[in-house]
Amino acid sequence: MRLNSFLSTGALLLFASTADAYTVFVSNEKDNTVSVIDSTSLEVTKTIKVGQRPRGLALARNGEWLLICASDDNVVQVYDARTLDFVKNLPSGPDPELFVLHPKGNPLYIANEDDNIVTVVDIEKGSVVTEIPVGVEPEGMGISPDGTILVNTSETTNMAHFIDTQSNKTVDHVLVDARPRYAEFTPDGSQVWVSSEIGGTVSVIDVKTRKPVGKVSFQINGVNADAIQPVGVQITKDGKTAFVALGPANRVAVVDTATLKVERYLLVGQRVWQLAFTPDEKQLFTTNGTSNDVSIIDVEKLRVTKSVKVGRYPWGVAIAPF
Amino acid sequence: MKIIPLDQAPSTLAASRARSGFSGYLACFNGIVWREMLRFVHQRERFLSALVRPLVWLFIFAAGFRQVLGVSIIPPYETYVLYEVFVTPGLIGMILLFNAMQSSLSMVYDRETGAMRTLLVSPFPRWFLLTSKLIGGGTVALLQVYVFLLIAHAWEIEPPLLGYLTVLPALFLSSLMLGALALFMSSVIKQLENFAGVMNFVIFPMFFASSALYPLWRIRESSPLLYEICRFNPFTHAVELIRFALYARLDPASLAAVLAFTAVFLAAAIYAYNPSKGLLGRRGAPGGTA
Repeated sequence: MRLNSFLSTGALLLFASTADAYTVFVSNEKDNTVSVIDSTSLEVTKTIKVGQRPRGLALARNGEWLLICASDDNVVQVYDARTLDFVKNLPSGPDPELFVLHPKGNPLYIANEDDNIVTVVDIEKGSVVTEIPVGVEPEGMGISPDGTILVNTSETTNMAHFIDTQSNKTVDHVLVDARPRYAEFTPDGSQVWVSSEIGGTVSVIDVKTRKPVGKVSFQINGVNADAIQPVGVQITKDGKTAFVALGPANRVAVVDTATLKVERYLLVGQRVWQLAFTPDEKQLFTTNGTSNDVSIIDVEKLRVTKSVKVGRYPWGVAIAPF
Repeated sequence: MKIIPLDQAPSTLAASRARSGFSGYLACFNGIVWREMLRFVHQRERFLSALVRPLVWLFIFAAGFRQVLGVSIIPPYETYVLYEVFVTPGLIGMILLFNAMQSSLSMVYDRETGAMRTLLVSPFPRWFLLTSKLIGGGTVALLQVYVFLLIAHAWEIEPPLLGYLTVLPALFLSSLMLGALALFMSSVIKQLENFAGVMNFVIFPMFFASSALYPLWRIRESSPLLYEICRFNPFTHAVELIRFALYARLDPASLAAVLAFTAVFLAAAIYAYNPSKGLLGRRGAPGGTA
């Protein structure tokens, strides 16, 4: 009896410790590799060679597929997220930088930085559905939780382009601050947050009216304003807190979404770029481009717990639910 | 402890020998430690200044250098830290260093007022008396350090909880080392006024030529010679021992260095306070030549 309960406790403990383990993928832009990190041990378990200049990362098929924007190869590569074996290439249009998957799992919307288009790709068939012309240097891609509205940001036109995913046509354009990099919808789909790298702000746009309703500005004591360059944005599932990567300011800002005020700045590595939550939202991983590492933030305590070395110029990050 | 009048000496000595067992040692130890505590409690300004000094460094100096370290991860830290986090173990070292020097200053004062004689004529071995005195001084320093850490915690210097426990032996050993050094120096200093000299020639060089304010790799960038000096500075090892211990880790090299320096300084202090050296004359107690 006692042995039994001992064993079941042991099994519980074992379960508890493995249940929270996720696999974190980080693309290293300069090394043409993807680093694989275990979210519990926080160690790089494997580094795989991928296509040239890997940037945006995403998971498809409930995490079974790892999609990689191999920018200089002009393809999106598909890898098996468990075995890390190469599966296939997807057509992407030239210079894919960032992409977003439809909430239903297909299609994939890819920003083609050099061609001023968004390419829509069926990931199962491996074929291009259509191309949507947008502004100059498209980069940021966000899709509403119900999948009806796609927002693309164009770095040079300084606009957020609203695209109807039914017709695959742009329906509106909202001017934002200089060099918009990233678009992220709030979980309820009412707002889209667009970060402006040069403008140093994050614009909050109402999705229904397509009007800016607020702007987040940043100020860090001892850091020059021009070093504050917002890039990656992630919002918690409860919609209350946003995390904004501030590039060469080496900080991640924690923003109260109700007041649009910064609650805290967290010191991470240099030129922090993209962010990703673990599925349980207990940890947030940041890619730090010039210090070649990944910082891990304890989301509940709002503290940086560790920084882990990866390859050169870590850029994108995606986390599999296993 | 009281001075044994000469006419009573033989019988009292026999009695005190009988009492020199464990309980006698304990009574003597308690007496010395208690005296250190009382001395500290009665000098509120000393407690305040001991606290204000590192806090001024933390709040003002560290504020100016906040961004200095955002470029590199140095063990035992696991991620990037702000300067105030880095400098905290150095400031703890500063508390220990000043406390040790103040304790040494009190020895000079004791010698001038004659209180030292009372201490040194005790029938217990000289090494025991001196070590008790060091432990007394160290205990006082521990109090100061923990109050400082409490205030620093409010300033978001948040080592792991376990670190507050694991730092204790490191603090104790470091204060023993610095205390022994100070004790040795106090045997050389003849007058109170010379404390300014101690500041200039011991405290400042020890503090600045160490890893308290800047990581050693930074010093190496500017001067390899200074780097070597810093590496041989006992204070560097005390600071590193504390730094690692505060994050519940052990730095074996620093531990070895601090242990070795403690042994050397303590031996030197005991030797310097040896009555046969003529510092206090030959009126020491039995066993006093230890």
